[in-house]
Amino acid sequence: MTDAAMSELVPEPRQKPVVPMKPVGINSNLLGYIGIDTIIEQMRKKTMKTGFDFNVMVVGQIGLGKSTLVNTLFKSQVSRKSSGWNREEKIPKTVEIKAIGHVIEEGGVKMKLTVIDTPGFGDQINNENCWEPIEKYINEQYEKFLKEEVNIARKKRIPDTRVHCCLYFINPTGHSLRPLDLEFMKHLSKVVNIIPVIAKADTMTLEEKTEFKQKVRKELEVNGIEFYPQKEFDEDLEDKTENDKIRQESMPFAVVGSDKEYQVNGKRVLGRKTPWGVIEVENLSHCEFALLRDFVIRTHLQDLKEVTHNIHYETYRAKRLNENGGLPPVTIETEENHESNLIPGWLLPPPSPACCQ
Amino acid sequence: GVLTMGWQGVDDKEYVGFATLPNQVHRKSVKKGFDFTLMVAGESGLGKSTLVTSLFLTDMYRDRKLLHAEERIMQTVEITKHVVDIEEKGIKLRLTIVDTPGFGDAVNNTECWKPVADYIDQQFEQYFRDESGLNRKNIQDNRVHCCLYFVSPFGHGLRPLDVEFMKALHQRVNIVPILAKADTLTPSEVEHKKNKIRNEIEHFGIRIYQFPDCDSDEDEDFKLQDQALKESIPFAVIGSNTVVEAKGRRVRGRLYPWGIVEVENPMHCDFVKLRTMLVRTHMQDLKDVTRETHYENYRAQCIQSMTRLVVKERNRNKLTRESGTDFPIPAIPTVPDNETEKLIREKDEELRRMQEMLQKIQRQIKDSH
Repeated sequence: MTDAAMSELVPEPRQKPVVPMKPVGINSNLLGYIGIDTIIEQMRKKTMKTGFDFNVMVVGQIGLGKSTLVNTLFKSQVSRKSSGWNREEKIPKTVEIKAIGHVIEEGGVKMKLTVIDTPGFGDQINNENCWEPIEKYINEQYEKFLKEEVNIARKKRIPDTRVHCCLYFINPTGHSLRPLDLEFMKHLSKVVNIIPVIAKADTMTLEEKTEFKQKVRKELEVNGIEFYPQKEFDEDLEDKTENDKIRQESMPFAVVGSDKEYQVNGKRVLGRKTPWGVIEVENLSHCEFALLRDFVIRTHLQDLKEVTHNIHYETYRAKRLNENGGLPPVTIETEENHESNLIPGWLLPPPSPACCQ
Repeated sequence: GVLTMGWQGVDDKEYVGFATLPNQVHRKSVKKGFDFTLMVAGESGLGKSTLVTSLFLTDMYRDRKLLHAEERIMQTVEITKHVVDIEEKGIKLRLTIVDTPGFGDAVNNTECWKPVADYIDQQFEQYFRDESGLNRKNIQDNRVHCCLYFVSPFGHGLRPLDVEFMKALHQRVNIVPILAKADTLTPSEVEHKKNKIRNEIEHFGIRIYQFPDCDSDEDEDFKLQDQALKESIPFAVIGSNTVVEAKGRRVRGRLYPWGIVEVENPMHCDFVKLRTMLVRTHMQDLKDVTRETHYENYRAQCIQSMTRLVVKERNRNKLTRESGTDFPIPAIPTVPDNETEKLIREKDEELRRMQEMLQKIQRQIKDSH
């Protein structure tokens, strides 16, 4: 190509358009209604149509009410076990990871909820390193997502199997955390959002509960364990104020779960019936289930996903890229996987001279 | 002094009077006082201390310091003893509570029952030595008469650690399983868990303390009570050291926003049954079984292994006359340790040398003839 011809192809550098400075504190006097605010409605409609994924992991010793709580949270039988007393299964010898997915719908919005159970955690006589299979599973989901992201022909919506939230069930001993609790949370708070929960809280009186919560908060602080919502990810002052209150007063939530209903004062409530009274699950003076539900589902659901994606996943991704010398993980192209693992040429390391065309 | 009782026919020429013997025994025992050693075991936070205090209405744990989680990472199982003298209506009881802090709390709890088993064996050994000694007037009985094993109400029955502990200890001590913190369970959950635990105990061949059968001449009420007791195992208990007001009465209990749990209400938990059994009806039987079964087992095993050692030594001393009248009571554990082995070997050597020397002398005598 001649230089002249080249210059015809390359357009003259245009004058940079004048971008007005960002207005400072001006109330733009609109002369009419534009309709920018409808963007919220458009986003809402889109979300409703596409639905969204939410993955919750439950960790804790057998019998702490994990399945019941998750069923209560989502008001449907979404846990691995159905309710009732046919739980004759044995404690597995190693920690297993069992994921069950359900689609639940409310107000036109569809949620693909996956509950990941971890039977066997903390139930053996020797529980050393029993968190390792859990950490492995979480990283495997990050890896899956990374592989999808790195494809040329990416799916429009990458299926998200990453764990957005890990509910860790604390035994309500009333004394303090157990060494196993500390070990687990130390290791996993760096890779996933951990929400510690005090299980079967109907075993404690109000004073015992307050004391225990204080003790647990202190022990977590002393050991440098950052549970969700982590202080360092508060985006602005508003977030910080709201989250501070939750972190310092409400958490860990002392909960009670139930899938049975009883008549109390003319209303039907979810609860547990004992000879000395009915424990109402959704009554804030009885337990903090409602706080947990509002927190996880009604206010911080999106944030849980964002922190998982923007922070935990990115940390994982950066680590992997660094391992690979700044390159995304390369999969060897074979006959079987060539269509989904095509790596763009500019991403591959330069070919050696011998195989030049 | 001699008891004079208003017996019918006391002036009867046939009447000897030894029917008063039980009363005489009773009087002597009362003067001497009773002792009882109770062990409590189970992971921390199951209400063991609270229950003990509720049972005996005396606070032994006032100065207790609980460790934080990070301090417990390196904790091993300890055995602690608290002794308290209780007197009620002229009867004195010396109560010893043996506690096992640290049990089941670590991340790795392999063989955490061992210090407990060793403690029990040590008490047996001590008693064995005292019993075999010369001065037996004031033997102190520190043997563990009963072990309350606390099972968590949160699990689905017994956990692997529970099974291991009970299997290791059921032939050393009377185990009474307790379903702890039972106010966390509804009545049907209690029923279900008790059944599950009973089945598992049978399945794993664990021999917990068996209540002796009633004599056929006991009255119906007592028999019914006894039956109810047997069917309540494991006892679902709640403990409390606070007094609350319920329906105008002041009771020991726990105050919840949804109601009040009364510790001594049989509709709420089995606390009363446990207390009745432990203190009012079966205390003596627990001691008897400890003495007649567990201790005798230990003693027999001990003697057997000691006999084996002595027989080995006797076989080496066939040539020399052994006085062997003193039955030696060395500090021999059931498995000889290295020190004892070394001593035995040295003795062997010595005996062999003596044998050789004797043979030499014999030959010399023969030759000189």
